[in-house]
Amino acid sequence: MSSYARSASALRPSGDAGDFNSDVRLSVEQVSYAYSANPTQAPLFTLEATSFQARPGDIVAILGPNACGKSTLLKLIAGALQPLSGRVLLNGFITHTLPHRARGQRIAMVQQESPLLFPSRAWEFVLQGRHPYGRTLRFETEEDITIARNALAQVGAEHLSDRFMDQISGGEKQRVILARALAQQPLLLLLDEPTLHLDIGAQVDLLETLRRLASANRYTVVVVTHELNLAGQYADQVVLLQKGKCLRVGPPATVFQRELLEQVFQTPLTVELGSSGRPRVSMPSEKQ
Amino acid sequence: MRPLTLGRLLTHCALLSAVLFVVVVIALKLGAVPVSLYGLGHDLLRVLFRQTSQLSSEYQLIIFDIRLPRILLAVFVGASLSVAGASFQALLRNPLADPYVLGVSSGAAVGAIIALIVEPHLSLAPAIAALLTPVGAFLGAALTVTAVYFLGLRRGQIDSATLLLAGIISASFLQAIIMFFMSTLTGGNYRGIAFWMMGELQTPPPRIVSLILRIGFFLAAGVIYTTASDLNLLLAGEKEAMHLGVDVRRVRLVVYIAASLLTGLAVSVSGAIGYVGLLVPHVMRLLFGSDHRILLPTAAFGGAIAVVVADTLARTVVSPAELPVGAMTAIAGAPLFLYLMRRRLA
Repeated sequence: MSSYARSASALRPSGDAGDFNSDVRLSVEQVSYAYSANPTQAPLFTLEATSFQARPGDIVAILGPNACGKSTLLKLIAGALQPLSGRVLLNGFITHTLPHRARGQRIAMVQQESPLLFPSRAWEFVLQGRHPYGRTLRFETEEDITIARNALAQVGAEHLSDRFMDQISGGEKQRVILARALAQQPLLLLLDEPTLHLDIGAQVDLLETLRRLASANRYTVVVVTHELNLAGQYADQVVLLQKGKCLRVGPPATVFQRELLEQVFQTPLTVELGSSGRPRVSMPSEKQ
Repeated sequence: MRPLTLGRLLTHCALLSAVLFVVVVIALKLGAVPVSLYGLGHDLLRVLFRQTSQLSSEYQLIIFDIRLPRILLAVFVGASLSVAGASFQALLRNPLADPYVLGVSSGAAVGAIIALIVEPHLSLAPAIAALLTPVGAFLGAALTVTAVYFLGLRRGQIDSATLLLAGIISASFLQAIIMFFMSTLTGGNYRGIAFWMMGELQTPPPRIVSLILRIGFFLAAGVIYTTASDLNLLLAGEKEAMHLGVDVRRVRLVVYIAASLLTGLAVSVSGAIGYVGLLVPHVMRLLFGSDHRILLPTAAFGGAIAVVVADTLARTVVSPAELPVGAMTAIAGAPLFLYLMRRRLA
């Protein structure tokens, strides 16, 4: 009884309905965070107030050097961490206060996975994505199976269905993990360095898939990455972080400026605009 | 894609309960006093049709007053230990977790002994006094698993090898305390060293304690079973589970308490029987897969079967003498533990 009442109130959109723009799905509003090993000490790490908004079908890339707060920002968006100030709204709901199950139905996270203890098949793994829709001891329905099957098909991994997760390649595994996230039927798809450990072909392939899924399923995609050129090529918006500070938010063409990137990444770079208007970043050749 | 269905779950459980029935009948037959299978079947039918008056008094004594209570005790102890083992394995994300290996059983034994020491000084009503030993064992188990969990952390993460070392060292420490108690206590009904160290089913507890064991088993195992699909995800990692809608903190707390209760109950009536919680869930995973919705019930049946078999062997192989049942489970379980450990570290 009481838990139902609690979830009902948590599911009511917060904030004034008036200033809520219905085009915007994800709204990160002045979110900040501080991490300290013990409450009496000065924080070891802070993320200063960061804001951006994204619509359905948008791909947002969070970029920056190591330890700049990319993953922290992603966890704040996912509602896994409570912001020190500010808030993250998904369709008007504060992500951090959503009940676990409701959050699992709206937000899917693809992260560097933990090793599996006992072998499981790809289809079992994908069906885990249906967990937020089940009650305690529910058995999977035909609908769940159809959704899981479609999710595997959407990432081109139907043929992996009966394979064991520890017997497929890194790129194939990444697809199955993505399929599990799709099986959650989320509004918001978050990815933490999904291209890590993938070869260049698999990286491009993954981003092409994300682009296609974002348009087809109207997901809002937020991806943390180190790959400047992949972000430049596929993202609608880039959030550039440095040492816990949000330096710039905008389309890649406006954020990717040589001086800015050189200062952030501490290395000489060249930035050229391609014919499509997408920027390309490269290391200058030795002659220049 | 062939996800678990209720039909498949029930089929497997029916199959295992048939195996359990056969094992129980064989266990009833075997023993120092030979009983013919025909006579046994005849008497079982008579009991079922409530014609107990027609039983020969010798049979009545051996089968229904000595062997059957002991076998029923083995059923519930085995089921409890096995479900507790499967739960600890999921919670600690460690396939080698087992109440005995982690020292939880020894902690429960210390709790139970302390309860036995304290009980005569409290002048409680008999019904409450009967509860005291299981409660002491539960507290001992819960405290030990908490301590071992924190000792097994490295930089905030559970480290598999550290956890096992912490468990094994805690077990040896707690066993030393049991030795100390057993050497200094005189008089009173404190059982023997072999009981607390290896486990025995020789002396079934009073009726009320058996009843507590059964009710406690169904309660705790039932509670754990409601989290079965959450445990599947926890096994994949706590972060993953959280993003898939699992209330990780609640599930962890509930299962810790329930699994400690199962261990405490089992230890308070049978001492520290080892390796059941390790051996049985692994065999069941091989047979039925690692989905906890099927693993937990099959592990309960499997644990019951394993302990009934082990106890039957314990009382027949060197008959008329007896081995502690824990010696039998250790002979089968310890090599399996080593095999699993080598395979994981390889």
